[in-house]
Amino acid sequence: MTFGTKRAGTQKIMRTVLLVSALTSVLIVVLIFVFTVGRAAPAFHEIGIWKMVSDTTWRPGSGEFGILAMIAGSGIVTLGAVLLGVPLALGSAVFLAEIAPEWIAGAVRPSIELLAGIPSVVYGLFGMAVIVPVVRTIPAPGNAGYGVLSASVVLAVMILPTVTSISELAIRSVPAEYREGSLALGATKWETVRRVLIPAAKPGIVSAVILGLGRALGETVAMIMVIGNSAILPAASTGNPLSIFLSRARTLTGNIAVEISYATGVHESALFATGVVLFVLIMLINSLAALLLKKGVR
Amino acid sequence: MNRRKLSQNAAFSLFWAAGIMSVLIMAVVVGYVLVKGLPGISFDFFTTSPRGGLSGEGGIYSTIVTTFYLVVVTLAFAIPPGVGAAVYFSEYSGSTVGSLTGKLVDLARFGVDTLAGVPSIVFGLFGYAVFVTAMDLGFSILSASMAGACLIIPVIIRTTEDALKSVPSGYREGSLALGANRWETTWKVVLPAAFRGISTGILLSAGRIVSETAIFFVTLGGSYRVPHSLMSGGRTMALHVYYLAMETRAFDRAMSTAAVLVGLVVVMNLGINTITGRITGKQR
Repeated sequence: MTFGTKRAGTQKIMRTVLLVSALTSVLIVVLIFVFTVGRAAPAFHEIGIWKMVSDTTWRPGSGEFGILAMIAGSGIVTLGAVLLGVPLALGSAVFLAEIAPEWIAGAVRPSIELLAGIPSVVYGLFGMAVIVPVVRTIPAPGNAGYGVLSASVVLAVMILPTVTSISELAIRSVPAEYREGSLALGATKWETVRRVLIPAAKPGIVSAVILGLGRALGETVAMIMVIGNSAILPAASTGNPLSIFLSRARTLTGNIAVEISYATGVHESALFATGVVLFVLIMLINSLAALLLKKGVR
Repeated sequence: MNRRKLSQNAAFSLFWAAGIMSVLIMAVVVGYVLVKGLPGISFDFFTTSPRGGLSGEGGIYSTIVTTFYLVVVTLAFAIPPGVGAAVYFSEYSGSTVGSLTGKLVDLARFGVDTLAGVPSIVFGLFGYAVFVTAMDLGFSILSASMAGACLIIPVIIRTTEDALKSVPSGYREGSLALGANRWETTWKVVLPAAFRGISTGILLSAGRIVSETAIFFVTLGGSYRVPHSLMSGGRTMALHVYYLAMETRAFDRAMSTAAVLVGLVVVMNLGINTITGRITGKQR
């Protein structure tokens, strides 16, 4: 009898322990929210949220804490990464899902996945050693190689595995009947890919791109290493508007990492505020992706 | 007909090009780091600590020790709640739909999804605010590992849940029919059967800690000395690469350390692939 009660008792205790474990993540999210917003509050209060996000001047020494330049920096680098990385990722995804013979796909897939495991600091180092010197050869005033273009190239490589594998999954999860029906109607394989498979997999592909975007916005160390870190609004240096990509810049993530170790007072609080802005941006992007993914699964 | 065939050939060669290009990019990144980094690696490189000079003299001994401690302590913080949460989601949450517990489960799931999307520098900020300053643990392995645990808890939950779900339901039914209760079934039947999958997830998480830089940049301090307790600061191999490249500009040493990191990642990936049997090219 006592034995049976003991068993039931253990069972009951473990159920509670496991439920508490399941709720740990919620607790962490709440704590992160409370602490970052709490430490950001003085800056929001003293400077004003709107003033912070709409002012381009970041000069902690003279009490100016506008982060619009960093918002723009993160935005333009992410845009560049998406423009460079997404076409390649989508091409690779279609290649793996529909075109490559299985033995080739079996070798290509792990190679691309390996890119996801390489530490971001190694990408940063590779960027400094290889990509920056190449970008430096572009003739433009003030171009030292460190800037938006180098950062976008590095970031494009970093989001490649994420976007490729989720898009491939989306294409593969299109029901086989769609493919068979289209081929049976006399469409070529390419017509099937273009007119049937890609449209059917579109929600999944879009959410893959959005997740890549989120990853790009959150990247820190590789960005610090190649973007130049000047807290200025990226601008074109010549008549050619494309030269904006040669401008130095600073990302939201970089702003925090570069200055947090020595910042005090309002300055420190403004860095926490930068974190809150980043957090909110990424939350918005991720929920958009989750929404589309849910719609895509049907 | 001919035109349709032609456009198919044109399109398909572009897709082949994309596939080949992606593999080439991987080969160039990994190859460059290895070719530039390996010549600087010797036995001494692993057994001497950085001397902290401006040209980055010395090896990486202390950074290996720090990385190892940090991985172990972080896993110790993250595995119990991570695996526990996954067990609850997979084994216990089925019968709770609609009840109060069911609402808690939805909340818990939302928490995991949100946590998985938090950028790592925000974990760093959080760790800095709570562990380094508010709890006054300073820049230390303890602070860094608690911040790092937040990063890998969602990874452990997801991989463990997948592993538990792939255990055939016959195992559970058999055990329950023999009179074991839910917990005994989970502990003695389901968890052992899912052991391989769970180990894969833990290996993956260890890899994330080895690779992570941003969190530890703001919580670990960056001292190049050998840590002697949980309260010591330090630098991981990844952080060492950063400091060498950005502060001392010792590119050759940075490249060598990066080569060690990349080698480690390749080995871990091969390990994971072997465990899951995907090296054979079989799909899941």
